[in-house]
Amino acid sequence: MRAVDLLETYKNLENNVLDETLVNKVIRAALARGGDFAELFVEEKSTFSASIDDGLIEDLASGTARGAGIRVRVGETTGFAHTADLSETSLMRAVEAASSLARTSNRRVAQVGLNPRTFVAIDNDKATPGSIAKDRKIDLLKRLDAAGRGAGAAIRQVSAGYSDSLRRFLVANSEGVFVEEEQIRTRIAVSCVAIGDTGMQTGYETAAMTMGFELFDDIDLENLAVSAANRAILKLSARPTPSGQLPVVLNGLGGGVLFHEACGHGLEADHILKDSSVYTGRLGDLVASPLVTLLDDGTVHNQWGTYTHDDEGNVAGKNVLIENGILVDYMWDQTQGDRKSRASSGNGRRQSYAHLPMVRMTNTYLMPGAQTPQEIISDTERGIYVAKLGGGQVNTATGDFVFGMTEAYLIEDGQITFPLRDANLIGNGPEVLANIDAVANDFAIVPGTCGKDGQSVPVGCGQPTLRITRVTVGGTASA
Amino acid sequence: MPDLVTIGEQVIALAGANEEIEAYLLFERETSIRIYNSQVESLTSAESSGIGIRIIKDNKVGISYAGTLAENEIAAAIAQARDNARFGSYDPHAGIASPDGLQAPSLELWSADITTTPTERKIALALELERVTLSKDKRIRSLNSSNYGDVLAEVAIVNTSGIRSYSQQTYCWAWSYALASEDDETQTGYGLHASRDFAGLDIEFAADEAARKATRMLGATKPSSGLFSVVFEPDISSSIIGIISSTLSAEAVQRGRSIFAGRLNEQVANQGLTLIDDPADARFFSASTYDDEGLASRRNTLIEGGDLKSYLYDSYSARKEGTSSTGSAIRGGIAGSCSPGPRATMVLPGHQSAPEIIAGIEEGVLIQSISGIHSGVNPISGDFSVGAEGVWIKDGELANPVKEFTIASNLQKMLQEIRAIGSDLTFRPGGTAGVTLAIDAINVSGS
Repeated sequence: MRAVDLLETYKNLENNVLDETLVNKVIRAALARGGDFAELFVEEKSTFSASIDDGLIEDLASGTARGAGIRVRVGETTGFAHTADLSETSLMRAVEAASSLARTSNRRVAQVGLNPRTFVAIDNDKATPGSIAKDRKIDLLKRLDAAGRGAGAAIRQVSAGYSDSLRRFLVANSEGVFVEEEQIRTRIAVSCVAIGDTGMQTGYETAAMTMGFELFDDIDLENLAVSAANRAILKLSARPTPSGQLPVVLNGLGGGVLFHEACGHGLEADHILKDSSVYTGRLGDLVASPLVTLLDDGTVHNQWGTYTHDDEGNVAGKNVLIENGILVDYMWDQTQGDRKSRASSGNGRRQSYAHLPMVRMTNTYLMPGAQTPQEIISDTERGIYVAKLGGGQVNTATGDFVFGMTEAYLIEDGQITFPLRDANLIGNGPEVLANIDAVANDFAIVPGTCGKDGQSVPVGCGQPTLRITRVTVGGTASA
Repeated sequence: MPDLVTIGEQVIALAGANEEIEAYLLFERETSIRIYNSQVESLTSAESSGIGIRIIKDNKVGISYAGTLAENEIAAAIAQARDNARFGSYDPHAGIASPDGLQAPSLELWSADITTTPTERKIALALELERVTLSKDKRIRSLNSSNYGDVLAEVAIVNTSGIRSYSQQTYCWAWSYALASEDDETQTGYGLHASRDFAGLDIEFAADEAARKATRMLGATKPSSGLFSVVFEPDISSSIIGIISSTLSAEAVQRGRSIFAGRLNEQVANQGLTLIDDPADARFFSASTYDDEGLASRRNTLIEGGDLKSYLYDSYSARKEGTSSTGSAIRGGIAGSCSPGPRATMVLPGHQSAPEIIAGIEEGVLIQSISGIHSGVNPISGDFSVGAEGVWIKDGELANPVKEFTIASNLQKMLQEIRAIGSDLTFRPGGTAGVTLAIDAINVSGS
């Protein structure tokens, strides 16, 4: 009963009669003045979120945003308009705005008839956000709060947030694509503050998947909160982090943001085609240590960056980017793919109907190697062990990137010794990739939010434990 | 354009017995133009509107939003907020704002030419910005993009306690992102200019800035590590000042997440520092007549001569302490919840120019861009560590460009180590003004 698709929904909405005839009509109208490509993207996203802070359940919020984005491409130019009103009048006004630049062009393509519609519905009716009572969601927050506070007397504050979303979109274009898809995402996060003689410290943990409430079948919530709390407590005794170049071992469970920044963004085709990436023109070259095989994979079951179709209606791919150190391919969306007469790799994503799609990562991860994590640590005379990474940022044109560490230790004589305060690390993508000299056999993907050009999308980052022979550590103590 | 106040009044008229309702209504019209290689890469034109609803019943709060102002959608949102309120914790301080008698300032934040200027002229300006940026220096090989954007925003807040506020504002901006190359090396630079009105946009300014920043980085090397004086350009100091002022939110203080908790009237910074939050100052692009609960914008002095003078309150955090709101309610759009925070912060400018400040430094570094603020600055522990690029300072003069290093310290220490505050107060889009700011004893980590 629940799997009612968007078209059905709109038939029942007052003033909204979005049916296949209208979809066709909109695309035809969008190309009426000429153009190479036209697309209608309709989206409805409902969210619920709640938080606990200072022991109070608060900020219970729910809502829905719904609308359509219309895109018309003529040569290298894209016209885009969006509307929250799905009536024919309003859609046609958006068509008018999106195709305004096509007036001056005499390029014209025939619209291909729409393919039979592909509808990817979520497969677990019982776990949809709307079918779960709100007090069950709130109960998760209370458990996190209690577990965090119970982790030690030094814990003075706990806050936690729950959020879920049901997103349904329809995309149809002048090349016949006609796809509809539903996606459910569920996320929980907990943050603890510890106080001691050395001041305040924080610890943070999150769990997020592209799935419904069944996410919590497999998560030990208490463990999640205690882990965040313990990190805050541990850092009360942290020493100043060294300043300067050192070997760095990154834990495989701590997040794969290194590759997201060191080469992920730089392998997005929009940067490549503008020659604003250090990886432009380097296909077939050795761009990393031979230990590096890197994938961007939108098909990993239920991961945070996973989907069946991207936001342009192309099927998600399991794309090998770097194989044994050799650059194999970039990531592509429809626009960049068309410019090079090649297919999209399923990496066209958009934050919402009100945003233009562009090349984005999905789940980006490094394939595991042969050593054990312990072997790598034991083999490191002096360096930094990063147990948990933070976020990062990159300048794709220079390749310089930073990433943060939120739990780290000094390695002395092959042993992990005392904890270190938070800091950023900085390096140059191609240099750091070449300096990876050990890759272990463990592996995990960690959820994150990726920002690009003002748009945020959910992504996964993964890696095994690995070592970089030399990277600049941004601390305050002598190295 | 919809009449936001009228819709808001219709919403609060639906309040049930013992129910408080606040409606936050938004209408925006935006244009966004991106140029690449002498062609329009994309043109976006759109209108959007929406409503955020907060309902308080039996001292419990529920919120909701709708991305439209359609009547049936608003009705659904009210029902959702009402249902959400059943599940919130009982909170004796829960509530919405009440009028506090303060007269709203009269601010000129709107210009008609944003909406009357034809799109063709906006495109022409963005094309011109690309051409001018390229012409600044032969080493500028291309632009990643040249951009024009504008927004007209209307906000209304109506609640059952008698708040009726409406404000309207416009601004536009032009920015370019230049790539400079010499031999095999590429460096990048951003340049931006913003204005309330289209006529006031200065593309020469943006082009100069992008070209200067990109070309002066050519030949940059990794500096050696050590403890140095660091001079932040206004764009960069505004980010740091923004983080510091966010820790003065009463919510962060009350919930034990601020390094400034319990330190009112203590000396927390070098005595040269006076920090002011003044959203009634129209020079800020974030200025507005009212805060996000509908109270009049006003000037608040946060730090005066180095002494901590005040935190920032919304009505809820003020009620908790038996004090008054400072008109500092902020919310992240229709779907965001309300909390207190800085809205338009600036450091009281000093008397020295940037070159004068640099002239007084024996060895240090001028910072033109930083990265990793989110991963490297923790406002709770105060730890500060970010990636940076800029120009090395030797014997009071700018020497060689440097890149791929970090600068690290602690926010509390940095406030005490302020060496000089420039006279060059600079307003950019965002909630903080910048000024050339020199801070001593920062760890530079390079080779």
